[in-house]
Amino acid sequence: MESPLLSVNGLKVHFPVHGGVLKRQIGAVRAVDDVSLTIAPGETLGLVGESGCGKSTLGKAIVRLYRPNAGQIVFEGRDITRASQSQIRPLRRDMQMIFQDPSESLNARHSVRSILEEPYIIHNIGTKEERRRWVNELLDRVGLPSSSADKYSFEFSGGQRQRIGIARAIALKPKLIICDEPVSALDVSVQSQVLNLMLELQQEMGLAYLFIAHDLAVVKHISDRVAVMYLGKIVELADADEIYRDPRHAYTQALLSAIPVADPRAKKKRILLEGDVPSPINPPAGSAFGHRISHPLYEQTMDKDLRLTELSPDHFVAADPCCLSPADYAAVAKASQ
Amino acid sequence: MSEVLLDVRKLITAFDTDAGLLRAVDQVSFSVKKRQTLGIVGESGCGKSVTAMSIVKLLPQPSGRIIEGEVWFKERNLATISAAEMRKIRGNEIGVIFQEPMTALNPVHRIGKQLSEGFILHKGMNKKEAWDASIEMLKLVRIPAPEQRIGDYPHQLSGGMRQRIVIALALACRPDLIIADEPTTALDVTVQAQILDLIKERQEQLGTSMILITHDLGVIAETCDEVVVMYGGRVIERAPVDEIFHNPRHAYTKGLLASMPHLDTPRKTILPVIPGMVASLQDFVTGCRFCQRMKREGAVLRERPLYQEISPRHWVEACPVCVESL
Repeated sequence: MESPLLSVNGLKVHFPVHGGVLKRQIGAVRAVDDVSLTIAPGETLGLVGESGCGKSTLGKAIVRLYRPNAGQIVFEGRDITRASQSQIRPLRRDMQMIFQDPSESLNARHSVRSILEEPYIIHNIGTKEERRRWVNELLDRVGLPSSSADKYSFEFSGGQRQRIGIARAIALKPKLIICDEPVSALDVSVQSQVLNLMLELQQEMGLAYLFIAHDLAVVKHISDRVAVMYLGKIVELADADEIYRDPRHAYTQALLSAIPVADPRAKKKRILLEGDVPSPINPPAGSAFGHRISHPLYEQTMDKDLRLTELSPDHFVAADPCCLSPADYAAVAKASQ
Repeated sequence: MSEVLLDVRKLITAFDTDAGLLRAVDQVSFSVKKRQTLGIVGESGCGKSVTAMSIVKLLPQPSGRIIEGEVWFKERNLATISAAEMRKIRGNEIGVIFQEPMTALNPVHRIGKQLSEGFILHKGMNKKEAWDASIEMLKLVRIPAPEQRIGDYPHQLSGGMRQRIVIALALACRPDLIIADEPTTALDVTVQAQILDLIKERQEQLGTSMILITHDLGVIAETCDEVVVMYGGRVIERAPVDEIFHNPRHAYTKGLLASMPHLDTPRKTILPVIPGMVASLQDFVTGCRFCQRMKREGAVLRERPLYQEISPRHWVEACPVCVESL
């Protein structure tokens, strides 16, 4: 296997929780708790999970908008976990981010031209003339007329704004883009336009994406592999087709069965979960999902290592007796020894 | 079965704006039968929420008003009754569920007080009776430990719990009709599944009819009996749910269904798209508004297509370009 573009090992991002009169730290939100993954050049890794599972925090920690508490982020062979802000800046040429709400991530006081020129100015690339030409090329590439350059972001619809957000992200020809719910705020017919644009750009520029979303059909469509997160941890990671066809972890199965299918003739069995995702503040020890479904084996998982283990080639699941069939659990328990 | 509960006839709702009087809902007609769930689907700005708000007269004031049409509900025309009469119906005979439970609940009152209010106002109960009835409602929407929860404030509950409270509020007086505007859009899929399941179960139990407004075609397919597709303030297609998904006739409905990635669409392939976007309200043409989006020209933009029944129970806005083999 070729060396990964990005590899994340045992990453933890915890936020302190303060309380009491003295505002002492009384706990921590374990937003990302021991997460490991890799992304190959030109690959899309989908990251799904419910709100509060830590998927956005993971994305932001990778581009170092958050400081990890432990673990390692290696980008193109360089450990960037502890890199200073000045060391990070040149890296941002290769690693960009697209946000969910383009109206909040684009400065309304700047014209589209100045938004799109900014990356070049920050990184000191090109002359004024060249930058002008590049901005026009960028707009053309994302399907906006060049007359858009002198308008402001609020003059555009949601889909067009997201195109501007994408244009800004690809301005410096990055290798990896972290996409945090890039199409969730868009209407169905506009969503497919933006997804197509992202697929085309990936082909042309060899981009890798970490595609974070909660819409499982969208994630499946754009991803090569998919990781499922639950309460700060990855519980299953596999090829996109395989994870939808043959999910092995109980949470993945429940999540997939909950997607409404746009076909009234589809007869499906739904696994209904009780309750909500538990709070990541001082989460239950052991299997968090086992705790939610009050699994009889939950007690046994409290002192066990539930790490992600390879069940079959390139199909990883958390070694959790509550969430796997007995045969699968026996297989991963054997593999992890 | 086929008894009509709500009959909306050629409803026109308009807003006073700086650009003049703009029609957000332009001659919309549909009906809801007893025990039936009608889905209204469409993209932002298509008028689906304004239609719902017109029925219960919760239009933004003073700019929004019904300027034409009738809304028949149990032998009364809601379009013409007074605000005081409407207050007796809303929350009593018609329950409303909104998308964002935090805005539907009053943050400074306890859950119990908000639930009791309906019972006291509409059913003439005293405080004690209303409180007990409220606990029963919380049980009905499967809130754990209802005796404790009833004393909570909305912010103490999770999003899914709050939406259950809003459902409890809507169901409290055993309405004949529930209007649910994107009831699960702000929720996660596993919680959405719980909520939809809950609404369906209670609806069957109480024999309630429902209008479900959503942009999610999956939710429509799983919960509705009949579907209304709106575009540009108009109903462009209306049919039983199976017809809409398996025999759509209007080009917009077809495009909408095709542009959604399905779990069985081959991965990383270019999706079919509907080019362009919805025109803004003040730019809408009289003729076919989907033709306007597709940048077609000529008579289709000038003459409003007839809204007609092309096969039993299947209605379309019969634009000769958008609907094949008329």
